Amino acid sequence: MTRSQILDLYFVDARHKLIDLAAFLDRWERAEGGEDFRMAAFRRALQELAGGPGDRAERVLLAFSDPTTEPIPAATTKAACGAWPGAH
Amino acid sequence: MRYIEPHAHMVSRVTDDYVHMVTAGCAAVCEPAFWAGFDRSSAAGFYDYFRQLTEHEPKRAAKFGLPHYCWLCINPKESEDTQLADEVLALIPSFLDQPTVLGIGEIGLNKNSRNEIQVLEKHVDLAARHGQLVLVHTPHLEDKLKGTRLILDVIKNESRLAPGRVIIDHVEEHTVKLVLDTGMWAGMTLYPESKCSPARAVDMVEVYGGERIWMNCACDWGVSDPLAVPKTALEMRKRGHSAAAIDRLIYQNPARFLGQCPKFKLPAD
Repeated sequence: MTRSQILDLYFVDARHKLIDLAAFLDRWERAEGGEDFRMAAFRRALQELAGGPGDRAERVLLAFSDPTTEPIPAATTKAACGAWPGAH
Repeated sequence: MRYIEPHAHMVSRVTDDYVHMVTAGCAAVCEPAFWAGFDRSSAAGFYDYFRQLTEHEPKRAAKFGLPHYCWLCINPKESEDTQLADEVLALIPSFLDQPTVLGIGEIGLNKNSRNEIQVLEKHVDLAARHGQLVLVHTPHLEDKLKGTRLILDVIKNESRLAPGRVIIDHVEEHTVKLVLDTGMWAGMTLYPESKCSPARAVDMVEVYGGERIWMNCACDWGVSDPLAVPKTALEMRKRGHSAAAIDRLIYQNPARFLGQCPKFKLPAD
């Protein structure tokens, strides 16, 4: 596909998602409360989004990922929250 | 269009989903053992679940002309209790000769704990001893990268398992290359809110090729779409992929992997 065809196919959808992200950040800032490791990870991911060319999806995923290699002693929950608390 | 749904938790779905899937061209559905959304209280609960997967669900699918296959295990979400896991592991061999059981799965990790790894190693040993195919679940969100690395290490250490008989499911952009580089298969799970969107899955196919990749919806009791695979085929068509390329990815590829188990038969075979 050409760049023009990709824009024809995906630009409006990507624009919609970008505005949703902006509105999410505004919503979070308007609300009461303190900092959170998930937002710190989110900001790191945003930097990757605006960074150099190529592999952005991979770099965004890495910004949220646990980079350690040792198993944890025990699972105390079943759920994942979307960002690694240890990076904060 | 024809496709195989290689990963769907149909016991959690309504009968109308079978109607929609068959109408969309589904030729076979495969159901890995899964967490019920709550912890089962004993191994007896798993015995009943394995009977549901091997006896009841194939009959429900057959009403719509759809072959139903399954995979057996205790899911990593219930692997922290190693005593329960051992009891469930002991049940599995008696089900392996059932005509619709394709292998061991979906095993893997959830929170990447020591006990989860111990239970994963026992499943891998079970699969190797019984010559079974293996379907592996990789963890969610922030745990996926680490969990994928740990899982690949466990499987690579098991010399009795050929990499081509193992599929590592739920890959994303940060794990797909890790998996494909081992010679194992990679599964892309198409979810509305996590894992892969159809567009991202097709991106990865365009970047890495579609040689050892399948796509699945992994529909279950949560937010999920049993028609995610045919919708991804539509995404490929929008980008100009040929009908032959789409057929290779969503029908021939899963048929090639699953066909390594002689019990897997498609209606036209």
